[in-house]
Order: sequence, then C-alpha cells, then structure tokens
Amino acid sequence: MTPRLGDPPPGARERPGDQLLPRFPRPLSALLARLPQYPPALAAAIAVNLWLGDSVSGASLPAACGKIVAIGVRDVGLRLTFAIRRGGVVACGEVRPDVTISATASDFLALALRREDPDTLFFGRRLLIEGDTELGLLLKNALDAAAPVFRLPTPARLLSALRLQFPFFP
Amino acid sequence: MTTTNGLPPTGKSARIELVCPAGNLPSLRAAVDNGADSVYIGLRDNTNARNFGGLNFELPAARDGLDYAHRSGTKVLLAINTYPQPATWQRWTRAVDTAAGLGFDAVIIADAGLMRYAVRTHPQLRIHLSVQGSATSYEAINFYHRHFNVRRAVLPRVLSLAQVEQVIRNTPVEIEVFGFGSLCVMVEGRCALSSYVTGESPNMTGACSPAKAVRWEQKASGLEARLNGVLIDRYGANENAAYPTLCKGRFKAGDDVYYAIEEPASLNALELLPELDRIGVAAVKIEGRQRSPAYVAAVTRVWRQALDACAQGTAAPQPRWSEELRRMSEGQSHTLGAYHRPWK
Ligand code: SF4
Repeated sequence: MTPRLGDPPPGARERPGDQLLPRFPRPLSALLARLPQYPPALAAAIAVNLWLGDSVSGASLPAACGKIVAIGVRDVGLRLTFAIRRGGVVACGEVRPDVTISATASDFLALALRREDPDTLFFGRRLLIEGDTELGLLLKNALDAAAPVFRLPTPARLLSALRLQFPFFP
Repeated sequence: MTTTNGLPPTGKSARIELVCPAGNLPSLRAAVDNGADSVYIGLRDNTNARNFGGLNFELPAARDGLDYAHRSGTKVLLAINTYPQPATWQRWTRAVDTAAGLGFDAVIIADAGLMRYAVRTHPQLRIHLSVQGSATSYEAINFYHRHFNVRRAVLPRVLSLAQVEQVIRNTPVEIEVFGFGSLCVMVEGRCALSSYVTGESPNMTGACSPAKAVRWEQKASGLEARLNGVLIDRYGANENAAYPTLCKGRFKAGDDVYYAIEEPASLNALELLPELDRIGVAAVKIEGRQRSPAYVAAVTRVWRQALDACAQGTAAPQPRWSEELRRMSEGQSHTLGAYHRPWK
C-alpha cells in the first residue's frame, strides 16, 4: 500500500500535549491533498519573502540558488513546492524537489514561532528531511539566523513580492 | 559545618560560570537574555568545529553579538578549535587577530601552534584550551599553562568526577566541564570515524559527518540513516533518532546488531552541580552551537535556575528541569556520562 500524504509516515508517533494546533480532521486532509497545491504555495511564498526579507534567497544563499524545496504538511495533506531564486522563494507546481521537509502544521507553526528546535523535533521523529540534507540544513540555519520583519509591507515591497512570483507582472 | 546538600563547604564563592552556545545572533541573544555568563561562538569558516552551511557569524553579526552581550555584562568567547592546515594557516591566525581586534573575552584554541601565535601576538588575549585539545591530565594542562599562559581548560567528556577533582587540585588553570548536550566522547580531538566514512573530520574540516554525506529515507521498515551510502542506523516506529554520526550507529558485530560504539544518549550533569561546585569547577559548558534559538533559550534558562539554586545551597534538581532538558535531548535519554563511572 502506498502511503497517502495525509497519512502519518510509518515512523511517526502521536505525541499529545505540546501541540499548538488541534489535530486536523482526516477526511478534510484527504480532500485537501487532491486539490491543486499551487495556490497555497503561492500564498506561503509571498508571506515568506515579505516576512523574512531576503534571508531565504539565492542572493544570500548562493549554494541554494535554483534548488527546489518541498514542504510536506503531513496532517493537512498539503505539499507545497518552492524554487529558491535570486530574489527569494517562488511557488511552483509539482516538480521533483531536491529536498523534502515534512512535519505537522502544528510543528511547523512552533518552528516558525521559534518555540521548538528542529533538532528536538527530528530526534522525536516529528520532523523529517529527505533528499539533499545539506540543503535542508542550510535552509534551517538561514531561518534560525533570520531577523523577521514585523512591519506591514510598503506598496513597493508588495509589488516586488508579486513580481517575483509572476515575472510578467506589470 | 555542612551545606544543605550534606557536602563540606568549598570555602570560596560558589559561583560556577554558565557557558552557552550560539550559532547565530538570535541564539546569542537568547543565551544572554536567559542568564548565560558567557556565550561561545564561531566564525563562518572551518576555523571552528561546527562548520555547517549557514551557521556561525560573519564579522558584522559578531560585532552586533559582542555589543549585545557586553551591554548585559555577558562575556563572548571565540571558538577557534579546529587544527590549522599548512596551506591556509593565515585563516586561523586571522581568526585570532579578529578575536583580539573585536574585543572577544577569550579564544578557545586546540592547536599548540596557534596558541603560540596567540600568546606572542596578543599577550593580553585570554586563551582557553579547547576540549578538542584532549588534555585529560593536570600535567598536560599545566604544560599548556606554562608555555602559552592558558587560563582555562575544557575537560574532555571522558573523566570521572574523582578524576576531574584530581585535575583541579593540581593545576592553577580554571577548569570547565561539559554539563549538558550531545556526547562526542571518542578521545576528542582524535576521532577518525567521520574521516573513515566521509573523508572529512571535525578536526580538519570542522564537521563530523558533514551534511552532504547524510541521507535520510523513510521506508516501510523504518527511517534509514546513511552516511556516504553506508547504512548506519534504521529507526523503528517508536525509536528516537540521533545525529547521523558513525559513533551512534547500530552495527552488526558477531551475530548481534547493536550500538557497538556508543549509545546515543545525551549528557545531563544537572544533578551533579553541588559536587561540581564543591570540587571547584570554574565553569559548565552547554553543548549545541548547531541548535536553534529555542533550544539555547530553554537550556540556558533551566541551567541558570539550577546554578542559582546551587549557589544558595538549595540544589535538589527539580523534576520539571530534567523533563524540560530531556525533551530536547538527542536520543531523549540522559546519562551522567563518565562522571559517574565506577571504573577508571
Ligand atoms: S564520530 Fe562521534 S565521537 Fe567521533 S567526532 Fe563524530 S560525534 Fe565525536
């Protein structure tokens, strides 16, 4: 039987207690997994670029430029795929990723809020990095070192964020 | 007179310095904010033993970090703890010059040649002997003291508590010991396991089991960890994972598959604090420059509380401290390591 994206991987365990989000309902995640994954990836890419400036970009991480990263949100059944370009992160459709990072939505949120340490999640089998480990580690370290921008974006920044996703954007 | 923990008083101020790791600026801030006395960091190259992509400090970040720490009275130490290569010797001496120029409070050095450079070029710069120098006897430590004016030595994680005490009694050099973190115990400074499989070792390139050689794959039979193609472990559904180093893998030896070299447990010496204090340990070190700010914050907070409690003589470790630490540990099991070893 091939596992579906919404399924926990064979090694994953349920760890009650320290969850930031309630468990995502199974039937819903199965449905989400069948929907196009590009729109959520697009929204995520724009948010990441606005929030993290150019911390995650080919310009600041030359070794990652041109690489494809997939984020698997296990419990929600989402698989978001991004390319790392000079100017930042760009959403893309289903392409073969160089590295796949998977965890639950709750654990991703904890990581984004810096409440959890990725190694802690990895030891506990809650975070999985498959493929190019070096790329995964580079991204992890870049995210750790990043200084998030908590201001609302200026119209100019918003425009350049959109242009990054749609090169044909006026 | 005895202290509340039943041990004889030390007669000196019971203040052990807390030395915390930082691989980036947010971690450094987390260490400072949560009560570290010192933070140790590395530059972004192979002059330090956590040479991982994207980790460590470029000069502007190092300057910011020094500013931030010094404003709260926290010291910053620069780890230059790999072994210089002949062709790129200047990179290491430049790192020492940087430490002196930017105002680091000490350098942590493993190589004797580099110590000689440091003491001759910057006599005012404090030198700490790195754990990678692998000095386990007071004779070795006193030698470094005599020749390079080493002021503090970090002991390898292979000594029992009685041995640590014997070292302290016989040296004028301050002694720093590891208190918490992942273990690397193979004659630190001389382990060749990583070189054997990947061609790169911590002492030369600054990384044990470099990430480019690591592959994880989730299979039906479990999570497989490979190092340069060599299967080093397969974790079953209910097993915790460990760093993909050869020393923590499971191998077939004879007819059994088991941890033939070392169990992947983490060191936690929290409960030994009163004893460390009594025997005169100057500082405890927390491992983990590769970890995230969340880890640094949590571990520093727990150890700060424990050290303060120890200084007041109320040292019994609280269960919630151990629980908090266990949660973040490699292998998620704890050991006292060699400190409490019946044999020597
Ligand atoms: S293989 Fe293990 S003991 Fe050797 S350097 Fe790496 S972590 Fe340390």
